Order: sequence, then C-alpha cells, then structure tokens
Amino acid sequence: MLETLIEALTFRAGYNAALVAVGTTLLGIAAGSTGTFIFLRRRALISDAVAHATLPGVGLAFIALVALGGDGRNLPALVAGSAVSAWVGLLVVQWITRQTRLAEDAAIGAVLSVFFGLGIVLLTVIQNMSSGRQAGLEDFLLGAPAGMLLQDAIFVAVAGLVVLALVIALRRPMTLVAFDPAFATSVGISVHRTDLVMMALAMAITVVGLKLVGLILIVALLIIPPAAARFWSDKARNVVWIAGVVGGVSGFLGAGLSASAPAIPTGPIIVLVCFCLFAMSMAFAPRRGVIAALARQRQFRQRVRRRQGLLALAREEEILDPATLALLRREGLIRTDGVATDAGRAQAARARRDERRWEVARATHQDEAAVDRHDLLRPIEEVLTRDEIAEIDARLGPPEEAAT
Amino acid sequence: MSGAEFIQISLAPLVIGVLSAIACALPGNFLILRRQALIGDAISHVVLPGIVVGFLVSGAVSTWPMMIGAAGAAIVAVVLIETVRRVGRIESGAAMGVVFTSMFAFGVLLLEQSDTSGVHLDVEHALYGNLESLIWLDGTGWAALLDPAALAGLPAELPRIAFVAAAIALLTLVFWRPLKLSTFDEGYARTVGLPTSLIGFTLVVVAAIAAVAAFDAVGSIIVIAMFICPPAAARLMTDRLERQVLWSVVFAALSAVSGYVLAGYGPLWLGGEHAISAAGMIAVTAGVIMALACLFGPHRKASGQRS
Amino acid sequence: MAQTDLPNIVLAANDGQPVRDAGLADSALAVREMTVSYGQKPAVFSVDASFGEGRLAAIVGPNGAGKSTLLKAALGIVPRLSGHATAFGIPVEHAADRIAYVPQRASVDWEFPTRVIDVVLMGLYRQLGLLGRVRTKHLDTARSCLARVGMEDFADRQIGQLSGGQQQRVFLARALAQDADLYLLDEPFAGVDAATEKAIIDVLKALRDEQRTVVCVHHDLTTVADYFDDVLLLNVRKIAEGPVAQVFTADNLQKTYGGRLATVHIDQLRLAAG
Repeated sequence: MLETLIEALTFRAGYNAALVAVGTTLLGIAAGSTGTFIFLRRRALISDAVAHATLPGVGLAFIALVALGGDGRNLPALVAGSAVSAWVGLLVVQWITRQTRLAEDAAIGAVLSVFFGLGIVLLTVIQNMSSGRQAGLEDFLLGAPAGMLLQDAIFVAVAGLVVLALVIALRRPMTLVAFDPAFATSVGISVHRTDLVMMALAMAITVVGLKLVGLILIVALLIIPPAAARFWSDKARNVVWIAGVVGGVSGFLGAGLSASAPAIPTGPIIVLVCFCLFAMSMAFAPRRGVIAALARQRQFRQRVRRRQGLLALAREEEILDPATLALLRREGLIRTDGVATDAGRAQAARARRDERRWEVARATHQDEAAVDRHDLLRPIEEVLTRDEIAEIDARLGPPEEAAT
Repeated sequence: MSGAEFIQISLAPLVIGVLSAIACALPGNFLILRRQALIGDAISHVVLPGIVVGFLVSGAVSTWPMMIGAAGAAIVAVVLIETVRRVGRIESGAAMGVVFTSMFAFGVLLLEQSDTSGVHLDVEHALYGNLESLIWLDGTGWAALLDPAALAGLPAELPRIAFVAAAIALLTLVFWRPLKLSTFDEGYARTVGLPTSLIGFTLVVVAAIAAVAAFDAVGSIIVIAMFICPPAAARLMTDRLERQVLWSVVFAALSAVSGYVLAGYGPLWLGGEHAISAAGMIAVTAGVIMALACLFGPHRKASGQRS
Repeated sequence: MAQTDLPNIVLAANDGQPVRDAGLADSALAVREMTVSYGQKPAVFSVDASFGEGRLAAIVGPNGAGKSTLLKAALGIVPRLSGHATAFGIPVEHAADRIAYVPQRASVDWEFPTRVIDVVLMGLYRQLGLLGRVRTKHLDTARSCLARVGMEDFADRQIGQLSGGQQQRVFLARALAQDADLYLLDEPFAGVDAATEKAIIDVLKALRDEQRTVVCVHHDLTTVADYFDDVLLLNVRKIAEGPVAQVFTADNLQKTYGGRLATVHIDQLRLAAG
C-alpha cells in the first residue's frame, strides 16, 4: 500500500492518475484560495446552494446534446450547462433575500433542495430516454475521476489552472473587500461587483470539480481550507495562501491515496484529508488554536481570580468564590482557614495600590483609549511610564498603611 | 387506473410522502424563525454516515440500528458544529460546512470500503429515496383497509413515519408556548425559568428524527426541501405563528400529493411511458409553491420592506 | 473540606448572624464578586452591589462599561466567571416568580409572526404553564397592562408595525403582566420618543410607589437626577453606589467616564454637591 502510495504521489501510477492528481492539486489550490474570500465574507453556505444547483444544468445539457443528435457525455458541454443553472440558483438566492422577508439561510436551503430535486427528476427522465444507455450522470453527485477520459482530465487540469490564474490576478480587490468592505468602497472598489466575481470564481471551481469530487462535496474544498488557514494567521494575504496550500495538499494526497488502493473514492478522501488538516490546525495552531486558546483562557481566568481575591484580602472581606479560594491557597497567599499569609498581605497591598493608580489614571489620563486598551489587571508599571505613575501617586497622596 | 391498483401502488407512498412532509415542516417552522434553516441541511447530509455506521455495527439492513445510527450522527454533527463554532471561533455557516461535508465524505468512504454488494444500500437511494418502491401488495381493494391480515402487509415505513409524525405533532402542541416564547425572545424566556438551551437542542434532535424517518421515503437531500419550503412559503402567507404552522402543514401535504401524482402520472399524460422520481418531483412542487408565495404571498415583505 | 468550613467560621464569629447576608436580605437585588468576561478582557470585574427594596435605581456608565452585562449576569443569561446574585435574599435562579426582565428592544426580531396581545400574554407564562387555557381574566390582565403604557388600542396589531417607542412599551407591558416585585430594565429609554419616555418613567415611578423595586440600565446623564432615587456608577468596576443625592457627583462621574466626560455638558447635569 505504501509503495503504491509513493508511486501515485510521484506520478508513476499511470498517465491518467497523474493527470487526475495534477487536476485535483490545482483545483485544491484554487478552491482553497477562492474559498478564503467567501469564508471571510461569511457566505460559505451560499456556495453549497450553488453546488447543488448545478445538477439540473447537467441534466438539461445532456438532454439538449442528445436532442441535437450528439453524445450526451461531452464534459465541457455538461460543465457549461451546470454553470448556467448554478448561476440561476445564485440569482434566485439573492432575489429571495432581497425581495421577501425570508432570511438568506432559508433562501439557501430552498434553492439547494429544490434545484437538487429538479436535477434528480431530470436524471430519471434521462434514464428513461429512448437513447436508454447509462449516461453516468450520477457520477456528478459524488465524483468519479477513475472513469474520466484523457481529454476530460486535461480539461479539468487546464480549467483549474485558469481559475487559479484568475484568483491570483484578482486577489487584491477581493482581499480588500473580504477584510474591509468599507475601506474597499472608499478606494473605489465596487463591493457588489467584487462579491459577484468571488461567487463566479467559486462557481467555476464547483463546475470544474464536479466530475472529480462531486457536487455534494465540492463545497468542502471551498470551506474547509480557509477555516483551517484562519487558525494560523490574522493577515489576509497569509490566510489566502495558507488556504491554497491546505487545499492543494488535500487534493494531491487525496488523489494519491485514491490511486493507491481500491475502493477509495477520490472526492471523499480529499475531503477527509482536508478535514484532518483542519482538525490539526484547530487543535495545534500556535495562537488561535484550541490548545493555545484554552491555556490562555485559563491564565486569564487565574489572573482575574487572583486579582479579585487579593483585592478582597486588602479590603479584609471574605472571599466566597471557591475557585478563587483554591487558587490563592495553592499559591500560598492564604492559609487553609482563609487568613492571608505574609506573602498574601504584601501582594494584596500591591494589588490595592495598583487598583488605585488605575482609577486615577482612568479619571485623568488624557488619552483614555490608551487606558481602555488594557484589561486593568496588569501592574501599572508595565503600561505607563515612571513619570506618569509619579504624577498619579502625587494625586493619591501618601500610601495608606491599612493594607499592610 | 382502477381503485385496486391505486391502493396497491399509490396509497402507501402517498400517505408516507404526506406524513414525511408534515413531520419535517413542523420543526422547520421554528428552525426558520430561529435562522437555523441550514441545520436542516447539515442534519440531512449526516444521515448517510449514520445509516452506514448503523448498518456496519448491526451487520444487516434492519431498520432500527440504522435509524439509531442516523439519529446519533445528527447529534454528533450538532455537537461538533457547536464545538467548531465556539471553541474554534468560526462563523456558524462555515462551521456547518466543515462538519457536514466531512461526515458525509466519511459515510461515502465507509460505504465503498465495506462490502455492501448484494445489499440494498446504495448512495443514490440514500440521496433521493425510493418512494415508488413502497407498495402495498396486500392492498387488493378498498376492503383491504379493514382487513387486519392485509394491513399487516403494509410497508414498515408507513407505521414508522405515522408514529413519528404523530409524536412530533403532539410535541409541538404540548410545548407550543415554551417553543414560541424562547424562539421569539430567548433571554427573556430564560428569566421566566425556561431551559432555553435544552429547548433549542431538543428542537434540533426532533428535526433529526423527522429527517431520519422521512429519509427512507424521500432520501436525505430532498428532506431539506420539506424542512424549508413549506414553512418558508407559509411565513409569507400570514403574520400569526399559529396560522403559519397550519399553512405549512397544508403546503407540505399539497406538495407531497401533487409531487407524487405528477411524478407518477405526469409523464403518462405527456405521452411518456416511465414515471420519474417522485421525491425529486415533491421537492420541485414544494419549490413551485414557495415561488408562488414569494411572488404573491400577502405577507411576503417585511414591515420595513413594503413599497 | 476546608472550602465548606469557611462560611461556618464566619458565622460563628458573628454570633450566628451571617455578615453579608444580613446586609443583603433586605435588598431586592444583590450581586457579589460578579466578574464576567468576553474573551480576554473583563466586561465586569469584581462588582459588589445591592439595590434596596422599593427604590428606583439606575446603572450608569459609558458605552462598554458592562451595564447590560451586569444585569444579564445577575439574571444568569450570560455565564459568569465568578460571583453570585440574590433577589430578596435567595438566589436569583429561584426567584423567577418575583423578577420581571425587560430586555433591550433590539435583542429580538420584531418581524416575528405574532400580535401585541400575544407578547403581553407571554408575561403570564408562569401562571398559564404549558397547557393552561388563556381565559378572559388573563386577557383582561394583558389589556390592562397595555392600558397602563397607553397601548390599549394596539392589542391586535402585528408587532412588526410598531414604532421603536411602541415596541418598548409593549415590552414594559409584558413585564407588568408578571406582577413582579423586582423590575430589571435594559436601556428602556434608548431610541424612544419623548412621549414614550414620559409614559415609561411614569409607570416606573408608580411601581416604585407601590414598594416595588426598579433597576434600569441607563445612559442619559441629564435625566438621572430627575428619574432615579439611587445610582450605581459602573465602568467595568463599580465606581460608586448609593442615593443619587450623594453619589452622582462631578468627581465620581470623572472617575466613571474619564476623559470622555468632556463630551458631556457637565454644567447641565443636576449633580449632587461633591
């Protein structure tokens, strides 16, 4: 298995398999980076409606081809048909949201299911057609790259490359609109038009990927890579290319795994590889990852509780919160019976002085934003200059002895 | 078509279709008002992996393990979505997209890996159902409706969906007030002592059960049409929740009946020979009804939107 | 366990009288050590406060000071990092029968398919229960509550057709239907017309005169002295609390608002002599 995997990953598993791998990799990169813009615009699931809305187009294109006396299985023609009905689906979502009181989620769900239902109806019509033969259109549901003809594989690879080139060419306006629509407008970029371009690119990826990944799962390639990339960076440019890498790696590894063993369907395995990358990012990313965030959250809670407990000690009030009591006890600031230790008293006095200084700083500091930026739990020395503190202390008067 | 033929071939699918549509439309009303319509989307996609796991664990295509598997998958999906949304701080639409596509992919992979050849469990069936196959061989005439022996031969799906639909209707009726209150104003509902998180979770579980029970008949994706289209159309007909729910039931039944009839007889009227997918046609008629409501519904515009 | 022993020690040291609860039993609402955080910054930090029975009180502070958060945390609508809240000496969670909450108007979708009278009837939920029938007496209660806020003619109106002020009055009518002892209102005067503001404050003063307690999150400094008996000045931390006449001073406002106070016309405020 490993050997065949390596063989597949190094493009030695056959010409067709190599082309499929190139196609899925390109598609993954293009999908990941395009998906980032849609993800950041919070429109991820519109692409799901668009993807499901491709099905009737595929059916109608097939029927039209047969009616014209041709072979229904011409991939570019089917893709063109799917693009038309996907675009209609997108317009219907927008029309419902604008013209009626229904919210976007209802519009998405309705378009997704009704278009899909219509597609299924057309598929049964095709099955019953006098041409009668197995049209293989079911492959568009879940993708079936194994059955692809050579020219189909070339078509997918080229189309993926074109979409990727377009994403690179248009990345600046799309990044601006995705991260800061107000600013984008102010520099003369039409948000509405850019949104349409984003959706058009997403649609292009959907229709190109239909045969490879299938219309139900293609949306995963638009959503999961950016969701994974978002854990690694707050910078727009970085998220775009990280998402591209995640998508590309998923496509490449997925195609390799699929080629290396029987009964591993390409679309699902690409999505699952992608999900693994997502899960790892969510867990381990250094700043936004869950483990890091939980540790930070814990630290923050401890800081809040410690400060809260110390202030209560300074005011000689009883502490009720069990978690605060446990923390202070653990750090040796109070004894088991709740009475402050020497260290506890000293820290309490310091906390109290800090709190007083912050109070003065807040009331008098000219630039209140500078004060607001801080959570007011840190020692003031870490934030204000020595001169500023001296000024505050002058207003406070001599330190009180009560706290010691 | 004679009466006997109608009863044998069409009665059971019709009733199953209508009951499925109603069972889904009832919770759908509240999902739409809570802006959670796409939870229906997510749930219906994860039914497939749930059924496959249920099948693999039990080793047979028997109903209950697969139903339990599907309901379990729906709950797992909801928990995962919430985890990704809250812990990963990812917007809910994208969180749903991540979870349900991955679970669906897992289901397909599992299905391909396991040896299900010779067993009636294929992806297409799971996706768009098999309403037409639910025939009642013993229903040889109207008299069969009173004949216990013949009734025992009804497709097992029928009593199941009847039970689920009745249970959902009853739950909706009994918990009407808390549902309405917590859907309208969750914070306030909590201050009068309602367990709002539990209510929200139960609503999703009920929707999942409806989806699983309807799944046999119409497949996992068309279930979404039943969750969303009848309630969405109903929302445009009235400004009273009570009436909205009644409208949604009417629309659900109407789309099921007209969809089934059009699929079964429409092609014949047009000179064709073969019926087309009933489940797909039900989604289409539900969509047509919704489109008409969008164009002509008396309350189609929001108060601030009227022109 | 040491943790559970601690209160007993305190009890013993005070002749069996719990120090704190003695002070809180006669307050309608009391919060202790209340800390709430959204993310990495406390929204409310270690606030102790109490509101006396039969008083009309305001929670005042700048935007982002945690006023609404404090109210919601006291009611258990948002999770607390630490702290607890009591109403009439018992935990707030067990006092639902005696508390009526009026959320911010913008917190709900006014397109919800329902009528004004139905919203007011929601206030009777604890009486009606799951399946109790709405009888004439319930409708009469709801109508009279609407009349108290001057909305009796709107009972059958769809809620989406109301103006902002009318929405606020409907919310107040729903709370009145609860016939509570403690009314908690989140920004009841935000974005309402002058007539509504007058109608609302009249109702609140009437409630106070019936010995009920009213606590409002409030942001208009110019009306504090006219409307309220007590005030809690809040900016994440508690700055001061007590009767308006003692607490609402220029000095305390400076501490609460910091540099922002320059934007408020301080000379227009009826301040207590500081």
